[in-house]
Amino acid sequence: MGRTGDMGQTISEKILSAKAGRPVRAGEVVVCDLDIALGTDGSTPMALDYFDAMGGQAVRHPERIVFALDHYAPSPNAKTGALHRRMRAFAARHGIALHEVGEGIGHQLVVETGRAWPGALTVGADSHAVTYGALNAFGTGIGSSDLAAALISGRMWLKVPASIRVTLTGALPRGVYPKDAALALANLLRADGATYQALEFDGEGAAWLDLEDRLVLSNLSIEMGAKAGLFQADGKTAAYLEGRTRRAFTPVVPDPDATYAGDIVLDLSALGPRIALPHQVDNVVAIEQAAGVPIGMVALGTCTGGRARDFHQARDVLMAGGGPAPGVQLVVTPASREVLAQLTRDGTLSDFIAMGAVIVTPGCGSCCGTCGAIPESGVNVISTANRNFKGRMGNGEAAIYLASPAACAAAAVRGRISDPREIVT
Amino acid sequence: MDLAFEGRARRLGDDVNTDYIIASRRKRDSLDPAVLKQYLLEEVDPTFAASVRPGDILVAGKNFGCGSAMEVAATVVLGAGIRAVVARSFARTYYRNAVNNGLLPLACDTSGIEEGDRLALGSTEAGLSLRNLTRGEDLAPEPLPPIMIALLKAGGLVPYLREHGNFVV
Repeated sequence: MGRTGDMGQTISEKILSAKAGRPVRAGEVVVCDLDIALGTDGSTPMALDYFDAMGGQAVRHPERIVFALDHYAPSPNAKTGALHRRMRAFAARHGIALHEVGEGIGHQLVVETGRAWPGALTVGADSHAVTYGALNAFGTGIGSSDLAAALISGRMWLKVPASIRVTLTGALPRGVYPKDAALALANLLRADGATYQALEFDGEGAAWLDLEDRLVLSNLSIEMGAKAGLFQADGKTAAYLEGRTRRAFTPVVPDPDATYAGDIVLDLSALGPRIALPHQVDNVVAIEQAAGVPIGMVALGTCTGGRARDFHQARDVLMAGGGPAPGVQLVVTPASREVLAQLTRDGTLSDFIAMGAVIVTPGCGSCCGTCGAIPESGVNVISTANRNFKGRMGNGEAAIYLASPAACAAAAVRGRISDPREIVT
Repeated sequence: MDLAFEGRARRLGDDVNTDYIIASRRKRDSLDPAVLKQYLLEEVDPTFAASVRPGDILVAGKNFGCGSAMEVAATVVLGAGIRAVVARSFARTYYRNAVNNGLLPLACDTSGIEEGDRLALGSTEAGLSLRNLTRGEDLAPEPLPPIMIALLKAGGLVPYLREHGNFVV
């Protein structure tokens, strides 16, 4: 869909113009056909209640819907087991694809199964659906009622967001990771700095980041309030999607004269390791400022930091440091079965097992306190996750710090928060 | 839905996230707002839920409802008998979930509203109005897009879709 008048469009405006079937600009309300909608066991049971209340009979485009049993995986009690049973029955009745317990986190599965591609409008009934922006797809989080409406109509209404352009320059130095860049950005924008807006990553630094790195930045864009966190597509995007989707796609590129609500430049080469202190994601300091804080639990996983590359980075620091310090519980939760299989093939899993790690079923795990390893009272946790709100991991008496996989591993080695560059030089 | 009513202000701070409104772990046992309401805002103040009276209005600072998109964070508020949230700003998913369930979200400067103030909400042709009766101040809520007004007037997304059959923009 082409330009509106003489003014250029952002990636968001272009994707939503194509989906609305007319050229649109930021601020307009549009009704769009959805390419894909994800429902998890955290959101779908409620959506099925809304579906019934709306008088829903049929699912308009069952092939565009996907369910994932990820928040309660495996089911921690009989009641969540009943939610799973209800989702399975609905999926079977309507011909909807369903990812079973143990297959992994819905967002990771959407990405792995090629359900987010350049130009797609892929929504998820979970806030971290912004992750899909790494693939140049417009990914955004919705609630259960919107998911129900999507089941019935195949559509949703959206306000076209204005975009903040985030120009990344340079390359990350050794010992510094995409999570550090995302935390630096959260500190700059604050938790509401991009509310109602999209982040659009641009610049040589964005091109330098690998697809797995871009997923981290897109994933964390919701922690700044963003509606979407979009990258441009390139050879890395195409290489990742090879064999995952047979769809033909055209990369969506912003016009050179697109209008932005804000412009931020982040020099990747100037960054050092960062850490988010309890209990807010934008409460970020350089890791040196938190060094020495005792750590009792190290959580590696989630839709932010649970991919193979994250575990490789953590493993390298742990091995170099001689494994976790006594008294530190190391918890490993791969984001998906594909990730778990890769870690098994390349020996990383054996390394973690040899170091005494607790291996948890692929899924959301304890990130949101629904199942998995719940921290004890009074303990400090360091995690590769995306949120450190009080009580987030299921216990309001634990304190959660967020950092890169390498920084989490460094804390495991020392038993206290440490700069990973001191261990792997 | 009637968009004009009065209530007592219940003051909250900035960045009240959905996990604070209702902890995810509580969803393991029930999704019923009538059950979950006993845990409303427990991480902020464990005594809060017991002190809520039907008709209370939540008043918060910036970024209310940030974090998860979970919709029980809107329905639990309604379940406690609260029909409106007034905040300096809202996270977009919370705003949307609130409107879809007929919970009125009003964005305006809340710095002058104190715990227990009597607030009056109204609906005019121009949009929504808000008056602090205790302080004698008119506040100026940000206008909602017409589709959100239509959703609220219908009482939420369920009655809206039952009435219209599809989205009308």
